[in-house]
Order: sequence, then C-alpha cells, then structure tokens
Amino acid sequence: MDNSELNDIDGLRGTAEAAISAAADEAALEQLRVHYLGKKGALTEQLKRVGGLPPEQRRSVGQAVNAAKQSLENRFRERRESLQTESEAARSAAEVIDVTLPGRGTGLGGPHPITRTLQRVEAIFGQLGFGVAEGPEIEDDFHNFEALNIPLDHPARAMHDTFYIDEHTLLRTHTSPVQIRYMLENPPPLRIIAPGRVYRCDSDVTHTAMFHQVEGLAVDESTTFADLKGVLIHFVREFFEADLKVRFRPSYFPFTEPSAEVDISCVFCSGEGCRVCQRTGWLEILGCGMVHPEVFRHTGVDAERFRGYAFGMGVERLTMLRYGVDDLRLFFDNDLDMLRQFR
Amino acid sequence: MIISEQWLRTWVDPRLSTAELASRLTMAGLQIGAVTATNVLHSKVVVGEVLKVEPHPRADRLQLCTVNVGRSRALRIVCGAPNVAPGCKVPTALIGAALPNGTVITKSRIRDVVSSGILCSGTELGLDDSSDGLLILDIDAKPGLELNTHLQLDDRLLDLELTPNRGDCLSIAGVAREVGALTAVKVSAPAIRPQRARSKSKRPVRLAAPLDCPRYVGRAIENIDMQARTPDWMRQRLTRVGVRPINVVVDVTNYVMLELGQPMHAFDLDAVHGGIVVRHAKQAEGLTLLDETALDFAGGELIIADKRGPIALAGIMGGLYSAINDQSRSIVLEAAYFRPGIVAATARRLGLQTDASHRFERGVDPSGQRLAMERATGLLLSICGGVAGPIVAAEDRSHLPHRRPVRLNYRHIERLLGAKVPAARVDSILRRLGMTVRRGPAGWRVTPPAYRFDISAEHDLIEEVARVQGYDQIPDRVPAVSATHRTPSEQRVADGLIRETLMGRDYFEAITYSFVDPELQSRIEPTIKATALTNPIASNLAVMRTSLWPGLLQALAHNYRRQQRRIRLFELGNVFARQAAAELALIGGVVTGSVWPEQWGLERRDVDFYDIKGDFEALFALTGEADEFAFKAAKHPALQAGQCARIQRGRKHVGWIGRLEPALQRRLDIDAPIFVCELHADAIQSGRRPQFSPTSRYPATRRDLAVVVDESVSAEILLKTVRQAGGRSLRKLELFDVYRGESIDSRRKSLTFSLTFQELSRTLNESDIENIMTRIQQSVQNKLGGELRS
Repeated sequence: MDNSELNDIDGLRGTAEAAISAAADEAALEQLRVHYLGKKGALTEQLKRVGGLPPEQRRSVGQAVNAAKQSLENRFRERRESLQTESEAARSAAEVIDVTLPGRGTGLGGPHPITRTLQRVEAIFGQLGFGVAEGPEIEDDFHNFEALNIPLDHPARAMHDTFYIDEHTLLRTHTSPVQIRYMLENPPPLRIIAPGRVYRCDSDVTHTAMFHQVEGLAVDESTTFADLKGVLIHFVREFFEADLKVRFRPSYFPFTEPSAEVDISCVFCSGEGCRVCQRTGWLEILGCGMVHPEVFRHTGVDAERFRGYAFGMGVERLTMLRYGVDDLRLFFDNDLDMLRQFR
Repeated sequence: MIISEQWLRTWVDPRLSTAELASRLTMAGLQIGAVTATNVLHSKVVVGEVLKVEPHPRADRLQLCTVNVGRSRALRIVCGAPNVAPGCKVPTALIGAALPNGTVITKSRIRDVVSSGILCSGTELGLDDSSDGLLILDIDAKPGLELNTHLQLDDRLLDLELTPNRGDCLSIAGVAREVGALTAVKVSAPAIRPQRARSKSKRPVRLAAPLDCPRYVGRAIENIDMQARTPDWMRQRLTRVGVRPINVVVDVTNYVMLELGQPMHAFDLDAVHGGIVVRHAKQAEGLTLLDETALDFAGGELIIADKRGPIALAGIMGGLYSAINDQSRSIVLEAAYFRPGIVAATARRLGLQTDASHRFERGVDPSGQRLAMERATGLLLSICGGVAGPIVAAEDRSHLPHRRPVRLNYRHIERLLGAKVPAARVDSILRRLGMTVRRGPAGWRVTPPAYRFDISAEHDLIEEVARVQGYDQIPDRVPAVSATHRTPSEQRVADGLIRETLMGRDYFEAITYSFVDPELQSRIEPTIKATALTNPIASNLAVMRTSLWPGLLQALAHNYRRQQRRIRLFELGNVFARQAAAELALIGGVVTGSVWPEQWGLERRDVDFYDIKGDFEALFALTGEADEFAFKAAKHPALQAGQCARIQRGRKHVGWIGRLEPALQRRLDIDAPIFVCELHADAIQSGRRPQFSPTSRYPATRRDLAVVVDESVSAEILLKTVRQAGGRSLRKLELFDVYRGESIDSRRKSLTFSLTFQELSRTLNESDIENIMTRIQQSVQNKLGGELRS
C-alpha cells in the first residue's frame, strides 16, 4: 500500500518527464503542464488524495507528491526556456539582413570652410581671453581711414582700392575700423578680435572683391611687443597644430608702430622651399604692431598710460594654407562638391 | 623697385652673399622679394669692330663684313642686318659660342662664302625684347673683350618691395645708406663736382605756390648734341631695372632719379617762353601731357608754367609742347621739391601714376636738388657736350620741411618693446641711420636726417631701434589670460548653434557676395531701393544686397548647372538697404530637389513648402519660445501666390517663406520647384534661459479626434480652438492627418489630432476626459462649423 502510492507517484513523474522532453513546441508543453499540474491535473489529483490517506502515510506521500511537483515545475521551466531559445534562434535565422546596406534618413550638411577657420580662430583667441566684437560693413571715411592714421592723400590709401557708396561712405577695406569703434565705446583694458567681411575693388587670380579678415586688439597698462609676439606665436602653432618657425619682419602700417609682418615656415614644404612659398620657405600670414599713438588720440585712450597691440589676418589665406585649397575664387562659388569636403 | 646688386655694390660693398644681403634688408623692413640672376652670355660672344663692309657676291641682301675681334687676323662674317656699317662696334658670336636660344655657332658656308661667326642683335642675345638690327656698342668698346665684361652682365636683380613710409629708399643712394647703417660698412658715393657756368643763359624762376613747391632748381644747357649715344654702362643700368633708354637727355634724368632719388625733368629751352613760374592752375587752363593726354584743369593743381601758360604737371609729367626731341639744341633742367600731399592728390584725382609722382608722394629729400642738378649736368656734358648756364635756385625756406628734434626716453624703449636694448647700442643705431644724436639725462635728443619723412615722434625712433636691432632679439612672452570681455548671455542663441541646426538638417553653408546683380535684386524686392556702389567691379555686382536670396539662388543655379539635383543651402549674413540705415543680419535658405538624399529605403518625394517650414521651425525651437512664431498667408513679388507666408514673432515681422515664383525659377533655368526662406537673425538669436516646471507623476491618456471643416478654416485656428477648449488638462496636441476626398464634401477637409490629457496633481478618470472631449467638440462646432468625422 505504502509503496504502491509512492510507486504511482514515481511512475507519473517518470511518464511526465519523458513527455516534457518530447514536447515539440510551447503549445504542446502547455498542454502537458495543464495535464499534470493544472487544477485537474494528474499530480494535483494525487495531492488532493493525500488528505484521505491514513495519517501515518500522509506525511511521506505528501512529501513525495510535493517533491514530484517541484521537480516537474523545474522541468517545465527548463523545457520552456529551451523551446523559446530554439524558436527565437529559428526566427533570427529567418531574419538575417545585409548589414552593409546603407542606413536611412537625411544627410548631414556642413559649414563653409571660411566659417570653419573663423570658429577655430575664435576658439584659440577665446582661450586667451579675447572676446568677439563686430562692426558695420558699410563704413565712413573716419573709421576706415582717418582714425587709423590714414589721411586723405596718404599713399596707403591707394593700396586699398576702396569701393565707395558716396564721397564719405565706403565698404570697409579692412576690419581695423572695429578697433576704432570698440575703443570709442569701451575703456581699457580690452582684448577683442573682430572677424568679418571686407571689400576691395580688385579681382584677379589672387584677389576677390570680397574676403574675410580677423582683427585683433589688446590694450592695457603693461602690454609690450613681447606680448604681441607671444600671443601670435601661440596662435599660429595652435592653429596649424604644428611647431612652426615664426618670424617677425619689420613692416609698415599707418596705424601701428613698430609694425611687423609675421611669416611662418611653409606648411607645405616645412621650410624647404616649394611653389607655394615661392621657394623662400616662408609664408606671410598676418600683419601686426603696437597701436600707433595717433590711433589712441582719435579714440580718446590715454597714450601715456596705456599701450596696445593690434593684428589682422586674412581668413581665406589661413583656410587655403590649412586645407590646401589652391584657388581663392572657389570660396564664393559655393559648389557642393567643394562644400561637402568641409563637413 | 628693382635694384641692381652690381650697381648697389659700387656704393656699398658689405662682405655678405646676395642671399645674406637680401635677408638682412628683409629683416630690417626692406623686403626683398624675388632675386633674379641676369643672363650671362657665352664667353665666346665678344666685342667686334666692323672694319669693312662689302656686298656679298651671290646675295643682294647679305653683306660680307671684315671684323676685328682683337686677334691678329680679322674674321670674315656674313651679315644681313641693315645697320651694319664700317667702324661700328657690335657683339660678335665666335665659332663655338652658344646663344641663349641654344644655337651653337659653327663655321658655315652661306651662298659659297664661309662665315666665321655671326654679328648679333639685342634680341638674339636676350638683352632686348625687340631690335631692328645689330646691337650697336660704345664706339670705344675694346675689340675682342668678352661682352659679359664690357656690359658687366653678371648681376643679380633684387625686387625691393618698399612700404610707403620709406620713400627715402627709392634710389641706389637710399638703399646704400640703409645697407651701410645695417652692416656698419662705409658708403662711398660717386664724386659729384659742381659744374661751372660757362654761359649766362638762364630762365628766372618764381615760386608762386611756396607751400606746395618751396624749392625749384633750374639750369639751362645750350648746344647739346642730341645725337650722342647713351653709353653702354648707363643703358645697361637703366634696362636692367626696367627703364627703356629713350634719348640721352631723358636717359640721364632717369639715371639720376634712380641713382639719387630725385626726379628730374628737361624742357626744350626754345619752347619755354620767358621765366618759369611754379603756381596753381587756374580753372579753364589746359595742358597736353607727354603721353598726349589732354588735361582741363579744375583749378588748384600744381603746375609749372611759362609766360604763355602751363608747361608741366608738377612732379607728375611734363607737357608735350615743351618736351625735348631729336632736334632740340638746348634744354632747361628741373630739380624741385614738391609737397607730397599735393602730388598725391593730383595724381589720384587724374589717375596718373609715374615714377616721379611715386617718389614725390612719398617724399623726396628736400635738400637734394642741387646735388642732383650737378650730377645730371656733369653726366650730360660728358656724354653730349653743351654749355651749362648758372644754377637758378628759387627757395622759400619757411616752407621747406625741416626735421624737428625728437626726445627719446631710454625707459620708454623697454616699456614698448618688452626688451632692454643697451644704451650704447641705441646710440650707435641712431647715428648710423644718419641722425644727429645728443645725450640727455634720461635719453637722447635726436634730429633725423632731411630725407626721413617718417620720423617725427618717439615711437618712430623706437621702431628704428627695434628693426635695426632685429625683431628676433625681442623675446616672446607667453600670454596670460585675462577676463577683459564678458561671456555672451545664455539668452542669446549662438550663431554656431543656428548653423549646427541647419547643418544637421542637411543644409550646407554658403557665403555669397554682398553685392549682387541690380536686375535680379529688383526682381526679387522691387520696392526696396538698394544701396549702389559708385565704382562696382562688374555691372552684375553693382548694388548691395537687400536679401540673401539673389546670392543663394545664384549659388543654387551654379550647382544646378553642375548637374546637382538636390541642393540645400543656407547663409548667415548682412543685408543693406538705403531705407533702413542699419545693416540687418539674416538667415536665408534655399532648397530644391528630393527631400531625402537618394536612398533605397524611403520613397522619393520632392521637397515642398512644409519641408522647408519644418527646417526653419527647428530654429524657432532654439529660442525656447517656438509658440511665439506664426505664419500668415501673404503675398511677395518673388514668391508664388498661395504658397507664401510672412513669418512673425509675436506681432513683429521677422521673415518670409514660400515657393519661388515660376517666372523667376524659369529665369534661373531650373526645372524643379524651389523653396526659399529668410529670417531676421535677431529673432532667432534672442532666446530664453530654460525654467524648470515639475513633470506629472500621474498617467497620461491619449484620445484621437477627427474634425471635418470648410477649406477656409486654417489649421492654425482649428488648433487654437481645440487648445482653448481643452484647457489646462490638455498637455499635448498634435495634428497627424489631413484628408480630402471620398466621403467628404469637396469644399471641406478632415483634420485628425491626437490629444494627450494629464494633470499634475491627480489621475484623470474616464468621465473627466469625456467632459473635456465634449467641450472641445462643441467649441469646434459652434465656432468653426466643424463636425466629428466618424
């Protein structure tokens, strides 16, 4: 009696286990689960019957039934997981795609190369505490020339090829008038750069009637030519990400004195001499100098107390050198084949 | 300015190679550009003396010459040049000589006569650009002498790129002076002796405009031989620096200008009537210049006149009538000082630039006129004879520029440069530059030489010290950061972010010219008067843009012509209008072609109004105040009626959007629809600092609502009505379908919305939502005649 109950349970369990292993899919397995463990399942029935057993048997049969139930539940779970894994694997196998097909959606545009250069210039000078200032592109004679110590019959005027609107109004020929406007409105100390469009009525292979410059200005009580050198050497090395040789060559601008042109060792031939640097090994890259006292006079800055330096650079030139663009005129064609290269 | 190194070294000869000399000058502010070696001839090209010229026995146009080349036996050479004559000296290429064009001279037989070399023209030797016969050499050239030696051909030409402040270096003398100062090598000028007057011939000179011409030196020379030939050494020096020999008088005046920097002029004495007056021109006076330009004076130009009227435009060009020619017998030489400003003003106004005006504008040594006159006289008398009269010098000393002493404080040098220069070094630099230097307690009192127009204040002297010492001697100081400028407010939307947003939506940035085609512009904005340039570079770049569209559309057309079919460009830039004084920054965009780049997974579709609208709405979102922007159907001359809207932020007009009008599109030669947009940049730049508001913890409920309304009811008003009726609980309202067609009246349309309801403080139950939905339905029905679509 005792043993026969227990044998029945074992038998049931054995049959069930075999059926579980043989179940072909999740639906068949669920049927089996209902058959054995459901409300009216075989094992559940067994458990119900335990209450009717003599008390001395109840304990051992009860334990056996529970153990079998526990074991079957585990089997069901394991089998279910394994069947799921199998069916997922089968589905995945059916869903293999060509991962090399191109992705979908819109494309990505990009900035104009001039903007790219300007952003870099602004970032480098920003790190040094230079803010960005702006000024009008239609200027007057005073800000573009007079206040920059370029009076009417100065030979430097002839070099500027100015576009005129009327006798006193013109398109700015450089970004230097921003210096004047800024100094008239802001007391020193100050440090600014002024990027923008400038215009000269000159057009050939190496000149376009419109181009971009970045002006720089720093004024305080202790600034010197040595600071100017330090700032600009830092700038060109950061901009080109190279330990370039830099030389300051005496030059002349009416609004600075002493004045200098800055040359860097050629970025194409490392100073060996090539077509771009005209075999000199040097590239002229910007002009600079100490602010001329006459400019301070025009802007009401106390030249006894303050000194300053200023610099100006051509953005197209920087862009051409940095990215190897070999024709200035390409910048204003806005050809997509070119623009895509600066994404 | 081209400088002959050979000529320069006759004045000052430092122990430096050409490259070292060029570098020394460059690094002192006298930039040397290209250095070119002159062509040196083969050593077998020599001076030949033509002894005899006989006709060639078998050829009419050839001659048989007997030529002495310094050997015991003369050579027989066949020659076809018209100007060969017995007694002349000509370049002779001997057997074995190679000419610059590669030809090697061999013994050759020309029509049965053996020729032992050839006689050469200037072009054959690469010495002249054109020539009409043999190159005739000095009559006293030594037969057999290598031509290289006779013409001193072994030279290097330095291209000196002078800055406008250094007019004092526009001569051999000036550059030599600078080299002497830089290298501490003595400068030795050629001896210039005063020429005694041997006649009494002279013309009186009166200075009637002493401010503009405070010194005028004249001298008459009679009975010169205009046929005399400018000697080879002078011709060489002139041609080498780009000055063409003309005649002996012009050559000498040019030579003196190149040598000493003093421009000179020669008048035909017989064409100068009475005395010379330097005065301002009167209105209605005129003058025909040497180059045959006829001038009508406005009045006030500085001129040289005789008793009949103007004979030269002072410092710029002489007149045709008084010019010397081959028949001239006597001349008057002029060496004057003209004020730079007057020459610059006149030259600029008349658009005349000459070697003389270039020098006068930059300042000619006011003390150099007599020296130049003596130099020119001496050269002329030695070349073409003549009898010199006395020098006539008119001067007004009170108007002559004179250099005031300048104080130089020793401490100020370091204060400006950031580097110490030893006092003794400063002292020696200034002295070497020709300054008169007096030591004082704190520094120096320095008087610059007369020719240094650029030195009038202390910083001018500091620059001199710095450049002669070398900028490389000044240290570079690592810059310290200082907070002198303010960080832009967080309320400002940075231009960079605006660009990024459009770039992220597949736009490329363009930069187009600020001046545009007036015709295209007025087609786009006929009511706005554009600012015109008085001197445009081209007629299609003649007015300042009032819109970004002309430039962007031209860029689009450029790409379309280059077979691009999907074009998306934007620009951020200023526009200029006469009516609004200020410059206005705009953001403009143009698109054409397919919405998506060509690809496999999305259906191809052309862009339409709503695509570009969406792109620019993304910019509204940057402000954090997208709700403030609105589109109002409107009309614009460049845009197609019915697909055009004005953009407003609040009540302010901030831009336009629409489809380009068909005729304009046709004019650009483009076959696909083009959509354009333009926004005032400041409408996007002024944003808002985000302010946090709490998010709800309670669940949201979504309902969809389809409403049928008349075509005339805009989406905007419908959305507004729904939003109002929905009240606070309606958290989100999206339009997701627009339908016309079957089952709907032809003058009506169906719009479908999704509505999301959520409260901050509680869960909305079913009846709450039903109530709101009913309110919305009633409102739509009552206000807009809308009915639910089942």
